[in-house]
Amino acid sequence: MLSIPYEINGNKFWLSPGKTIFWEEERILILSDLHLGKATHFRKSGIAIPQQVFKEDMHRLVQEIQLHRPAQLIIVGDLFHSIENNENDFFLKWRNDFRHIPILLVQGNHDILNKKWYTNAGIKVIPGKYMHQGFAFQHDPPAANEELSNFTFAGHLHPGITLKGFAKQSFRFPCFYCTAHFCILPAFGYFTGLATIKPKKKDAVFAIVEQTIIKV
Amino acid sequence: MKFESTPGYQTIHHFLQTRSFQPFRFQRSCWEKINDHQSGLLNAPTGFGKTYAVFLGALIQFINQNPNSFTDKKKRGLQVLWITPLKALSKDIARAMEEVIGGLHMHWKVGVRNGDTSATERQQQQKQMPEILLITPESLHLLLAQKNYALVFQSLQLIVADEWHELLGSKRGVQIELAISRILGLRRLEQQNNPLLKDPAIWGISATIGNLDVAKEVLLSALQNKGELVQSNKKKKISVHTILPDTIEKFPWAGHLGLALLPKILPIIQKSTTTLIFINTRGMTENWYQALLAAAPEFAGAIAIHHGSMQQSLRNWVEDALHTTKLKAVVCTASLDLGVDFRPVETIIQVGSPKGVARFIQRAGRSGHQPNAVSTIYFLPTHSLELLEAVALQEAAKENNIENKEPLLLCFDVLIQYLCTLAISDGFEPETIFKEIKNTFCYREITRDEFEAVLQYLTMGGKALTAYDEYKKVEWIDGKYHIRNRKIAMQHRLHIGTIVSETMLKVKFSGGGFIGVIEESFIARLEPGAVFILAGKKLELMHTRDMTVTVRKSNSPKAIIPSWMGGRMSLTANLGQKLRKVLGESNKSTAIEIRKLQPLLNLQQERSAVPAEDELLIEHIQTKDGYHLFVYPFEGRLVHEAMAVILAYRLSKIIPISFSIVMNDYGFELLSDQPIPLTESNAKELFTADHLFTDMQKSVNSTEMAKRKFRDIAVIGGLIFQGYPGEQKKARHLQSSASLLYKVFSDYEPDNLLLKQAYTEVFAYQMEEQRLRDMLQRIDQGKILLRYPEQLTPFCFPIKVDSIREELSSEKLLDRILKMQQEAAIR
Repeated sequence: MLSIPYEINGNKFWLSPGKTIFWEEERILILSDLHLGKATHFRKSGIAIPQQVFKEDMHRLVQEIQLHRPAQLIIVGDLFHSIENNENDFFLKWRNDFRHIPILLVQGNHDILNKKWYTNAGIKVIPGKYMHQGFAFQHDPPAANEELSNFTFAGHLHPGITLKGFAKQSFRFPCFYCTAHFCILPAFGYFTGLATIKPKKKDAVFAIVEQTIIKV
Repeated sequence: MKFESTPGYQTIHHFLQTRSFQPFRFQRSCWEKINDHQSGLLNAPTGFGKTYAVFLGALIQFINQNPNSFTDKKKRGLQVLWITPLKALSKDIARAMEEVIGGLHMHWKVGVRNGDTSATERQQQQKQMPEILLITPESLHLLLAQKNYALVFQSLQLIVADEWHELLGSKRGVQIELAISRILGLRRLEQQNNPLLKDPAIWGISATIGNLDVAKEVLLSALQNKGELVQSNKKKKISVHTILPDTIEKFPWAGHLGLALLPKILPIIQKSTTTLIFINTRGMTENWYQALLAAAPEFAGAIAIHHGSMQQSLRNWVEDALHTTKLKAVVCTASLDLGVDFRPVETIIQVGSPKGVARFIQRAGRSGHQPNAVSTIYFLPTHSLELLEAVALQEAAKENNIENKEPLLLCFDVLIQYLCTLAISDGFEPETIFKEIKNTFCYREITRDEFEAVLQYLTMGGKALTAYDEYKKVEWIDGKYHIRNRKIAMQHRLHIGTIVSETMLKVKFSGGGFIGVIEESFIARLEPGAVFILAGKKLELMHTRDMTVTVRKSNSPKAIIPSWMGGRMSLTANLGQKLRKVLGESNKSTAIEIRKLQPLLNLQQERSAVPAEDELLIEHIQTKDGYHLFVYPFEGRLVHEAMAVILAYRLSKIIPISFSIVMNDYGFELLSDQPIPLTESNAKELFTADHLFTDMQKSVNSTEMAKRKFRDIAVIGGLIFQGYPGEQKKARHLQSSASLLYKVFSDYEPDNLLLKQAYTEVFAYQMEEQRLRDMLQRIDQGKILLRYPEQLTPFCFPIKVDSIREELSSEKLLDRILKMQQEAAIR
């Protein structure tokens, strides 16, 4: 798994096939749309999603943390999928092993647990927008015509890109979608879908093809 | 007593005489058998009183059982359960039945129960069941989901499966098999206390299909008795005509719409009382309706449109107007295939291939409804090669060469749904139910292990449990399996059924007024302000909210016609075989259609070849898109898809290569970015029947065929929750797409029952192994014609322009992407 560097305003951001961004100067790991607890939420309602889905996500999260050794995590929304269930408790156990890393959650539309729970889990929840060193973090992607005074990292969209080739070949992959003003992260959670984006010529799109990042 | 002297027969006979109605022999034979409490299958063409043949039998039997009291007002409880596939049918059948009941001064009630039945009416039925209940398979299962459902069936004498040929071979048919097994199971239980109690009789009503004996066996399987086959000797006369283009040179080589010939049907519509124009897809009916109005504005108000995505009341209006001769023509889909007779209908026009002989004859039968009247059908080809099909259809119709309907086997998705249904009403004992389903045709081969796996799936949600699991669905309580969670029970009730459609959104005017439904994927592509067409109306999209699309009327000259997905039928084996024969003999044919087509066939011969009946034509063609291989087995798109992926798989073993695959009913195409290694020397080998099954399995694994099947199975099996009506927002946290689920299960639970069923269905019903084998044997005994045309040929053209593609590759994914990027950089 090889990350590739992407420079924004003199800062180096490493895009990882593990669906995270590592901000080198600030040692911050940025991720989005984990949707933890989704499988169990379904199972509680009688829809038998395999349980291992959750483990895969946690496993990859640990891998990314061990790889980058970040000083902080910024999650741009949708850490948990829905109301509390046993997967949240499992998350707490894991959280204890990484107690030393602060987690900052920019609230997404799925983040509906009560405040106490987040406090207890050592997660700082910020509604709306979070600013850090001239960069903005928010859940909803900015609108195309929105005037942005800061470069913005966002989520929510679960972006995917269709690649077309000779002889009518066509594929779809999760991707990082970067314009001059913002970058939308792929959904970190395994049990999430894709929304196909239609990038403009000058946009930078990085597709995640198996364990590799490919600039489109 | 002789049957003719029984009071029942006498009463009915007298009643019919007063209406100067002379029963046919097959009707009398049916009455007698029903009176004797026998079961069976009735086969008769439409328009000859099939409903009377069965329904009057039940009345005769009842009168004979109650000769002095049959006109009493006493409530008798449910006597006849009449299962129909179409909601629209119930209303008219009920009317006909009530007329007879009233005429006999009886007090039986006829009830209708389907998705449109109001809650009040359902409650009334709960309190006092009518003597006759007309019901859809889905509503029948909903009845089994009610507490104390057993009481409903206590007095039942007769179960009727109407239009059984439509239901056989579908999962709705399996639902009927299961419901019958339960009703019989309940009766057998009562018989332990009351040995004199008889089983209810079971009758199927079916149009002609190739395997009526199997149709009967499937329906009566739970009875464990062979039953009777009653056939009428009546045959409907059909007169078939082809609408011919003036010159073949100006007629398109490809296309599905056929509007080029529209002017030719105007005089036909003009001279018939009423004409039904059958079109294969809903989107195309909208096109045709607009085009007809544009071509003949004088028809405004006298033509209508009818398809399954239109609001029910609009459809009802069209149907009523058909009865009363208010309409000159109706543009429709299969939505008018079935059902009551529209007597004014004089002429049928079939636009494009009907794909099968049975469907063609069935549609023809929608005209000339009076017994002994002639059915008139015009076939309108949508592209040149369909002229061949016109000849094939005529020959097949003459020979009455009608397809079989193959019953489905071991549908675990339907079984899972059924068991949940029983679990929310009174719960079920696994031993009892296992015995009952073993008596059905669909599940007679189910093993104990498989049944246990289903139970385990329902109770534990698959395997590999950890301590923190919260799966909850079916629970074991006091010797029975139950669903106690009210939310889950409610979700299940909303999802009972086996017809899976894409997520549909309601379309409404901003000022109120419901127009119909439309696929979410279509609307998702439109911006507000865009104009589209539904139910013949031009509508401007205002906004989409809470599963409802709000629109206003538009006069914009431009409008988008929605393409509804699905419904791509495949040519049947019977028609495919006829087609090869017609083509093979085309050079000496005298048929007018072939003579018209001759210049095109000459061009095909000049550029490539026209294959004889025992020859397989293959064309290598290179274009700017890449290297094409066209193969023409004339077997229908499903078999072609299977053959294409197997051929692609076999070729990909020779060298690393990627293909995109596309097919139609005449042939298929493999397209690659590198030359395709099929030559004179290895052609026969690549089409061998050896290792067919292994190659099938391997090629299916590397395509998306199973993924597409999985969608329906996942919905029926309860993995996809489509939300509560009217409050979709709340359920959103429980929604996921079938392709996502497919990925999750393939990665983490590859032996999941429903996932495995997707593969089984691909093998059994889509790839049709037997048809594949027959085809490969035919190719093996015949000759392969390999051609290298410089230009596209008339045969390949319609395939090349098709856009729905399948993939198969033996290259590494990452390598393919990198290669694609390099190629893009070079250009």
